[in-house]
This record gives sequence, structure tokens and C-alpha cells, in this order.
Amino acid sequence: MDRVPVLKLGDVLLVSIQVDLADKTTVQLEEDLSERIVATGARGVIIDISALDIVDSFVGRMLATIAAISRVLDAETVVVGMRPAVAITLVELGLSLHGIQTALNVERALEVLSRARDDDWIPPLDTEDDTAPAAP
Amino acid sequence: MTGDPGEEAQTQAVVSDQDVVRVRQLVRTAAVTAKLSLVDQTKVVTAASELARNTLVYGGGGSVQVRVVRQRRSGVRVELADDGPGIGDLELALTDGYTTGGGLGLGLSGARRLVDEFEIDTAPGRGTRISIVKWAR
Amino acid sequence: MALSTDESRRMADRLRTDSADLVATWVAKAGAPLTGRLSEGELRRQITELYGVLVAALDEGMTDLSAAPGGELRAVLADLSRGRARQGFSATETAVSVFTLKDALSGRADLADPAELRDFLSFNRFIDELGLFTFSSYSAAREELIADQAEQLLELSTPVVKLWEGVVAVPLVGTLDSARAQVVMERLLQALVDTGSPYAIIDITGVPAVDTQVAQHILKTVVAARLMGAECLISGIRPQIAQTIVALGIEFGDIATKATLADALRHVLRRSAARTGGRAEPVA
Ligand SMILES: Nc1ncnc2c1ncn2[C@@H]1O[C@H](COP(=O)(O)OP(=O)(O)OP(=O)(O)O)[C@@H](O)[C@H]1O
Ligand SMILES: [Mg+2]
Repeated sequence: MDRVPVLKLGDVLLVSIQVDLADKTTVQLEEDLSERIVATGARGVIIDISALDIVDSFVGRMLATIAAISRVLDAETVVVGMRPAVAITLVELGLSLHGIQTALNVERALEVLSRARDDDWIPPLDTEDDTAPAAP
Repeated sequence: MTGDPGEEAQTQAVVSDQDVVRVRQLVRTAAVTAKLSLVDQTKVVTAASELARNTLVYGGGGSVQVRVVRQRRSGVRVELADDGPGIGDLELALTDGYTTGGGLGLGLSGARRLVDEFEIDTAPGRGTRISIVKWAR
Repeated sequence: MALSTDESRRMADRLRTDSADLVATWVAKAGAPLTGRLSEGELRRQITELYGVLVAALDEGMTDLSAAPGGELRAVLADLSRGRARQGFSATETAVSVFTLKDALSGRADLADPAELRDFLSFNRFIDELGLFTFSSYSAAREELIADQAEQLLELSTPVVKLWEGVVAVPLVGTLDSARAQVVMERLLQALVDTGSPYAIIDITGVPAVDTQVAQHILKTVVAARLMGAECLISGIRPQIAQTIVALGIEFGDIATKATLADALRHVLRRSAARTGGRAEPVA
């Protein structure tokens, strides 16, 4: 059986899925990741799915479960690189992956994670200033 | 160009999770041959993946036939068959969120949304046969 | 099987006798219905090429157009059909170029001789097969042409533009049907990947009306963009459209909407400045 490698980058775990996932591999990854989050005290998990040409409900459920587990373990999960055709298909399938953070690529995911970790960070207030003159 | 049955069917037994991966690959190849757009390829492969997993998990295994069909347009037909317990309440099984196996209950209903034709023949004790078609646009 | 091996050999022989004269007659007969819309030289070139591959295929013992020796002949016929479809000739005008080979041959057969008559009829049947093939490849070419044009029109009417570094937008103008909405969705999402933009704006100022299906497509686009890690805003919802959306009971939920494209862009730039702590840069 294939096993998806989990890399550690500082306090972030990086998983780059490069194979067409069989269900057992998917379940194995879910277990591996939970163990590694605990063992390494990682604060963030990035799952790069840019190589996946489909995501079905089984993989979708795995992503949701990993996000939920990592939240319990005080880590954030960001799913990156979903292809447009895959995203369109998932929406049609009915899977919106609520509560999962996403980013276009690994670099942006790292930004998301560092923002989440920065305790001083306050979400920007969306102060719409509609009395201001329109932008040129 | 009449109701040509199309190319020869490829048959794949479904008895393990690796077979589900093989079904996906067969359907992808057929979808490329049938000149489906990338989005439509992705939709039919995803639908086939959902249904093949059901064949494995609930049907206790079975087989899948994949073929390119050519009529006015070209398309891919996927037929799944198992001799499992069958589905008693089909309407219920086709409802979003209904699952007896701790899944998301989106496989059957979602697969139906992803394809152009969806036929299902099932009854308790008589197994389940599903046929789907996705046409090139 | 249209011809026996012997017949195909005899047909090749017959085509070869006095070939220059045969081709000339064929060109003249084929040219008549085209009434000067195809130059004589062009037609001569096409017929000569067709003549060449036909004789070659018959020499190889072709008994049926769909059999292997007919490969090149099929390609030449398909080419001919495609070219004519593109030049605007009708299917009949195209097939007639093949059928007139019968006329060219009929002048040379002694139909009182039963053996020759039988051959002549078999040749005719075979030429019918060639003509039918031309007909069907003509319609296939025609359909392809129409599909291509429809797609080009769609692309022209849905330009996805990079508004700013990290922001792509699609200003929609005109009636949005379901097919077009779908194309917009795919192109916009692909643009997010190609430009690495985390923001997209769909501006519907120029859209006169929105039905349930189109609204659903827009909603799905927003959700799909989110799955990819991008945020999608909708701008330019006119009051009538807002009313329709509410009347149809469509939930726009937590999707950001702005009155104008400028408002949407301002919103996005403020957000991204807050995110990166830096300034967004305009596109050069
Ligand atoms: N081939 C089959 N044989 C018997 N029962 C089936 C079969 N396929 C589906 N079912 C029944 O229909 C229900 C719904 O199937 P569906 O694929 O929609 O959801 P699921 O497999 O439970 O979850 P998901 O596919 O979202 O992970 C299943 O829980 C099962 O009870
Ligand atoms: Mg299922």
C-alpha cells in the first residue's frame, strides 16, 4: 500500500498528496497525521492536493476529519491547491467542506497559519467608507 | 453514424479499494477518448468513484463496465453491478445525507447530479445495477 | 463489401485507361453545379488528388471504403468535405464532386455487354459509398465548425481580466444563460490559478435579468472559489435583480456583495492590505 509522506517544516506539517488515493491510504494518512500532530506539537497542517485530479466524498471526509482533529489538538489545517475542475465537481456533489481553511498555494497557506498564530492579530474591521469619493 | 454501440467495454472487478482506483483510471481514459471537457471528465470520474465504492462496501463487491458510446454526441457509459443486499427504499437512499454506513450520504445523490443519465435497478435480495452516462457537450 | 477483389482491380484498370481525358471529364462535370464559386484550378487539384488515391487504393485491392487500404482515400475525402464546409458549399454540392465520377465513367462503358454492365453497376454502388462518406464527414465538419464558432463567441463575451495584482474580475454583459454562466465559472476559476489571485469579482452591472439557474451558477462559483482558497465578490446587483433573488428565495448567505465594481475593488484592496500588512500593487 502507498503511504503519503508527512514532512515537518518548523512547527508546520506539510503533506503533499501525489498519488491517486486508495481508501486505505486515505485512512492511513488520517491516522498518521493525528499521531504526528501530537508527537511534534505542530501548530499547523498544510495539505497540498494540487496533484489530485479528483476528490470524492471519501477524501473530502478525510480532509474534514483531519481539520476537526487538528482543531481539537490546537492546530490549524489548510487545504491548498484544489484544481478548478475538482472544486466545481465537489460543489455539484454537495460537499462544501465547511469549516476547512483553504489557500491557493503553500506560500499563502503559510501566511494564513502565521496570521492565525499571531496572538496580537486582530481581524481587520471592514470599515466600509461609502461617503468617500469613488476610487478613480 | 447510427446508434453504434461504441467501443468495446472494459470490465473491472471490484473487490478491493485498489479496484476502485482502477475504475477511476478506466473511466478517465474513456472520458478523454470521448472528448469530454476537463470538468466533465472530473464529474464522471468522481461519480464512478462514489458508485464503485458503494459496490464494494454495500454490495459486497461486484463488477464495473466502462465504454465509450457514440451516438449524435460521444460519451462515457459506466455500468456497475453487484449481488449484494440491494436497496429497499431507493428514494431514501437517494436523499442527500442518508447513510447506513456512517458516510456523508452524498455518494448516490451526488453521483446522480454529476452525470447526464442515471438509471438504477435494485430490490432487496436482488443486488444493485446502476448505469450512468456523461455526454460530451 | 462493395466490390470484389477482381472488380476493384478492373475498376483501377478502367480508371487508368485514357486517364487524362477521364479526369478532365470528371472536373468538367463536377464543376458545373459549383457555378464558378470554386476556381477551376482548385477543383482540378482536388479531383486529381482524389483520382490518385482512389486508383492507389483499388490497386491495393480495396473492396470496401472502411477497410485498411481505404485509409488515405478516407482522409482525402474528409479533407475535401472539411474544406468545402468551411468555404460555405452545401453538403450536396460537396458530394456531387464525388458522384460525377459515375457520369465520367458512364460514357466509356459498353452497357450492352452484360459483363461490363455488371461491373458498371458495382462501380456505381462503390461510388455511392464514397459519396455517402463525403456527406457524413461534411456534416461532422459542419457541426465542429458551429461548435467552434459558438465557443469563440462565448469566449469573446466573457473576458476575465486581471484588475490588480491578486484581483481578477469578470464583467458580465448581456443575457446570461446557463451554458454561458458555466463557461464564465470555469474561466474565472482557472484565472485564479493562472494569476495566483486570491480575489475574484463578478460584476453583473450589465446583466438585465437573473433567473434561478444563473443565480445558482454564480453561487456555485463563489463556493468553488472558496474551496480553491480564493474569495469571490459580486458587484453591480441592480435593484430589480436583488428583488428577483429575494423573490426566488435564493440564499446569498455570507457572500460579499458590493454596489459597484469600484466598491468591490476598494473592499478587496483594503482586505489584502490588512492581510499582508503591505500595499497591493496595481498591475503595470
Ligand atoms: N450497491 C449498494 N448496495 C446496497 N446498498 C447500497 C448500495 N449503494 C448504496 N447503498 C445504500 O444507500 C445509502 C446511501 O449511499 P451513499 O453513497 O449516498 O452514501 P454513503 O455511501 O453511506 O456515504 P458517502 O458515499 O457519502 O460516503 C448507503 O448508506 C447504503 O445504505
Ligand atoms: Mg457511498
